[in-house]
Amino acid sequence: MRGEVTGWAADELPFPPSVEDFFLPSLIEGAGPWLTKVTLLVWVAVALIIIFFTFSYRSPKLIPGRLQWMAESIYGFARNRIALDMIGKEGLRFAPYLATLFCFILLTNMFGIIPGIQLSPNSHIAFPAVLAVISWVMFLYIGISRFGFAGYLKKTLILPAPLFIQPLLIPIEFLSTFLVRPFTLAIRLFANMFAGHVILLVFTLGGFVLLNAEGLFLRPVSVLAWLLTIALTGLEALVALLQAYIFTVLTSSYVQGALAEEH
Amino acid sequence: MLLAEVNGHISALAVGAAAIGPGIGIGLVFAAYIQSTARQPESSRMTQPFLWLGFALIEALALFGIAFGFVFRN
Repeated sequence: MRGEVTGWAADELPFPPSVEDFFLPSLIEGAGPWLTKVTLLVWVAVALIIIFFTFSYRSPKLIPGRLQWMAESIYGFARNRIALDMIGKEGLRFAPYLATLFCFILLTNMFGIIPGIQLSPNSHIAFPAVLAVISWVMFLYIGISRFGFAGYLKKTLILPAPLFIQPLLIPIEFLSTFLVRPFTLAIRLFANMFAGHVILLVFTLGGFVLLNAEGLFLRPVSVLAWLLTIALTGLEALVALLQAYIFTVLTSSYVQGALAEEH
Repeated sequence: MLLAEVNGHISALAVGAAAIGPGIGIGLVFAAYIQSTARQPESSRMTQPFLWLGFALIEALALFGIAFGFVFRN
């Protein structure tokens, strides 16, 4: 939180937090809504990832130094645990994209708890939505390019089930595979970051509300609220890591489903 | 004639109701993981991806509740 928090009187506090708190003003006076703290953070995340991986492979050694080891560990995790384990041998083709996706989502999620930044770009629906659309188009394209349009639809929608149940099953499968997947991918990531930020806001600002409370014995309770904020920030870190992993794992699972031969 | 009146946002009730199912579901997922690890500790490494996958998929439903609670404000 910025410095002006300490000077608030009881009725000036932006409590309870609302959706409007997430809409930030433009950074430069007349620049328009495309340059805010949020869009700047996305550019910073991209730059950090490019710089990190470029510098750690500057002069690769057989026995890696710390930076190279860190980069190799992150890429190795995405390549082995996610691409290879979920998709199999063909997954190595997708390992670079999945590693980049994992690193980008992890970094932008972590921005939510880094002091001074404390806002994740993924708490705006636009960024998870675009990532989900990319994953959606990716598995559709892969499925159609391997099996043809009719072949892919037949493979995905017609499951080994008795004929009388197919009129119920085919619309359900169509909905869940082709329509609902991008939405759940996007909303899962967005809602986790949004709700996490709102919870931290509630406890932080609630501490200040308690500090300015009428009853004298309510004021020390604000310390409890701030201790809970610290605990919940730790939980936020876990959720950030988990959501990055889940988005990437689900993307690779959808790709695997598009590539699979038969049920 | 109005006998009693409750004011407020009904989406607050919806958010609370949306937390029931995922609460039970996540409890089941972790219970299954703990039991399977207790029966065969060597399998814990192999079943851990399913633990986190199941947790996140079910947690998403609870968070849909929170997110749509904001969307459906009047």
